[in-house]
Amino acid sequence: MLTTLNNFIASHQALWTFVFGRLGLHSLAFLYEPILFYTFIVVALGGIGVVGALTYFRLWGYLWKEWFTTIDHKRIGIMYMVLGVIMLLRGFSDAIMMRLQQAIAFNGSEGYLPAHHFDQIFTAHGVIMIFFVAMPLVTGLMNFVVPLQIGARDVSFPFLNNFSFWMTVSGALLVMASLFIGEFARTGWLAYPPLANLAYSPDVGVDYYIWALQIAGVGTLLSGVNLVATIVKMRAPGMTLMRMPIFTWASLCTNILIVAAFPVLTAVLALLSLDRYLGFHFFTNTLGGNAMMYINLIWIWGHPEVYILILPLFGVYSEVTPTFCGKRLFGYSSMVYATMVITILSYLVWLHHFFTMGSGASVNSFFGITTMIISIPTGAKIFNWLFTMYKGRIRFELPMMWTIAFILTFVLGGMTGVLLAVPPADFVLHNSLFLVAHFHNVIIGGVLFGLFAAINYWFPKAFGFKLDRFWGLVSFWFWVVGFYAAFMPLYVLGLMGVTRRMRVFDDPSLQIWFVIAGIGAGLIAIGIAAFLIQIAVSIKNREKLRDTTGDPWGGRTLEWSTSSPVPAYNFAFTPVVHDTDAWWDMKQNGYKRPTKGFNDIHMPSNTGAGMIMAGMSLVCGFALVWHIWWLAALAFAGFVTVTIGHTFNYKRGHVISAKVVTATEDARTRLLKGA
Amino acid sequence: MATSLTDRSTFHLAHEPHHADGGSTLLGFWIYLMSDCLVFAMLFATFGVLGGSYAGGPTAKEVLELPLVAVNTAMLLMSSITYGFAMLAMDRNRMRLMLAWLAITGVFGACFIGIELSEFHHLVADGAGPQRSAFLSSFFTLVGTHGLHVTCGLVWLTTLMIQVIRYGLTQANRRRLLCLSMFWHFLDVIWIGVFTFVYLMGTIR
Repeated sequence: MLTTLNNFIASHQALWTFVFGRLGLHSLAFLYEPILFYTFIVVALGGIGVVGALTYFRLWGYLWKEWFTTIDHKRIGIMYMVLGVIMLLRGFSDAIMMRLQQAIAFNGSEGYLPAHHFDQIFTAHGVIMIFFVAMPLVTGLMNFVVPLQIGARDVSFPFLNNFSFWMTVSGALLVMASLFIGEFARTGWLAYPPLANLAYSPDVGVDYYIWALQIAGVGTLLSGVNLVATIVKMRAPGMTLMRMPIFTWASLCTNILIVAAFPVLTAVLALLSLDRYLGFHFFTNTLGGNAMMYINLIWIWGHPEVYILILPLFGVYSEVTPTFCGKRLFGYSSMVYATMVITILSYLVWLHHFFTMGSGASVNSFFGITTMIISIPTGAKIFNWLFTMYKGRIRFELPMMWTIAFILTFVLGGMTGVLLAVPPADFVLHNSLFLVAHFHNVIIGGVLFGLFAAINYWFPKAFGFKLDRFWGLVSFWFWVVGFYAAFMPLYVLGLMGVTRRMRVFDDPSLQIWFVIAGIGAGLIAIGIAAFLIQIAVSIKNREKLRDTTGDPWGGRTLEWSTSSPVPAYNFAFTPVVHDTDAWWDMKQNGYKRPTKGFNDIHMPSNTGAGMIMAGMSLVCGFALVWHIWWLAALAFAGFVTVTIGHTFNYKRGHVISAKVVTATEDARTRLLKGA
Repeated sequence: MATSLTDRSTFHLAHEPHHADGGSTLLGFWIYLMSDCLVFAMLFATFGVLGGSYAGGPTAKEVLELPLVAVNTAMLLMSSITYGFAMLAMDRNRMRLMLAWLAITGVFGACFIGIELSEFHHLVADGAGPQRSAFLSSFFTLVGTHGLHVTCGLVWLTTLMIQVIRYGLTQANRRRLLCLSMFWHFLDVIWIGVFTFVYLMGTIR
């Protein structure tokens, strides 16, 4: 049958190319590769199952009305987190496939992954983990927590928030599509030219990469603008800058970094696409192009990006530590200044990613020194957390355990970072597994541990019940032990000179380290499974885990002053702030929860425009990848039309009546009395 | 009001604070403009690095026509002045006058785009298209990105004129006109940079 179809296509080539561009039967990669074929079957069955279940339980209308079109920052935040967790499963599958390949590809064995496939996997792993796991989780967290911490009802631009989320989803879908239709880039996660240029990567892989990141990048940029404006403009009365919770401070710095870094990514990817689509010569080997220009530009985005990922989690640790130590945070203002110093310095270090470029001793020294200087404010933060714990009454709840694991692990990762900042050492370790171990050490030990701390910490605020402790502990120990087992061997291998992204190995003495690393990845797999079980078990036992107080941990910041789950309007009355730990201050100074006198509350209305616009971007991106020009033009025109059409909608808000507010608050009053 | 913000025992406002609708819009738009500015910064940097990579092809001196660009610069600067007049008219609530100034702004903007396109057309026809060398790639990208922004501005301008005609000078429309005003002047500032660094300094390079 396939042959007949192929013959048909061949005989109508011109028409086919007009309608479908580069798409052909050969593009359906999953038909030809067994691993992809079975993955496709599983994904397809799973997809049919989910769609079937949603239809059967008649949930589509609910999802559309309450979630997809929502402009409520809390729900958008939760949707970001769900996206991040789903993509974590994909990114981790890539990881464990690589670990398996490298553990068995010895003694003449080629392993089980052909080079063509292996190269896509390490690229997809990096891209997905950074852009579609870490970024959505971090953005989701900031979206959920920041407006609550500053006593606001929503973000500055609620519609834009919804649109940003769906743009991120569109980018993720484009990466997922590349798994089955065509292929993904085989260039490594930053798609360095000249390899990423048309001459050496003529297939669709790099195009998928470009458009997935461009679309998601627009979403990230807009959400950055949104949160900066929110934090600057929407704080509750009395909350001066130096009374903001540290998480909000960290978010402010993060979003400033987003606004100042993502345009660089947009620009550099646009230049790469001009090279690939229109034959320009920015990064080519011929006619004056300069590939190192790309590498400089992408790292001018790339280095701030790693601080975009870690700063919010520094904020999380700064919330968790005082809460579970029952003490005010040690060194609040030094924490703020450290965060700001890191924000600025993160712009002055990009060249340390390629000391080997050959920019000369003075340039390398400058960037080596700035890199080392970053460890000073970071070290100050570590000491602040330690001094907060000192003489505190530490409660070893899950968020606190993740924090302690972070402190130990991150210090180690930070020290290997300083080591790599020494240019002569970097010349030896550049592109080695030592580097791979280093950045996993800081990203897993910093970002991921922080995210688990945050999820365990704020989950009761989002859903009104705590997460199960037993499965949380299982997840914690498997993750932490698994991390060390998986990455310490890579340090060893890196010091022995093993480079990254290798598919097969000659030296049999290396195998044991890769086997240990593979076992570590297996332990992490159990940690991830335990996390999912933790959520399932908690949902099942939600009545037992229920928190009626809204303040299950003895919190210190404003989000704990309202009920859990938080009502649509966040706060019945806008809070007034007198101190850094506003809610702690309220509890200490005889705050009484108001029970009457509620007013109408003006709130923004839901809209489907964001999802439709993002959907059109997705179609446009897909069409551009496959050179289906008519579809790209159509989708782009549709995007512009819907955007302009949306601006003709002037009625963007609605009122939650005082009656509804009173009813909601009365229900809480009864709950608090019962508790 | 009995409840003052400095009163230690006041923990909430009895009444909704009156946030002006869209109170963050101008700040948000300003932040967006700064991010857009960075896109241009990257393109300027790229031009700075690659602007001398002629690859044996035409040099800036050979292909750039200063008199034409001077006329074009005048068009854009005039359009900024007329946009300013439109905003003055808006402040005095003279809607028709404002619309007239906006229309003139649009005409200047369209002339600018027209002249730029004809310049591009001539360059390509003379074998100095963006595929010829890294210099021309970065030239076309920097100037073209600015032109693309002006084109978006024109679409936006038209949309806003329709909205003002249909809904009047409402608060929301005034806010939007102010945003477009910032955008328009911002593009002017960028153009000054383009004119100086690409055209003037390019031709003496």
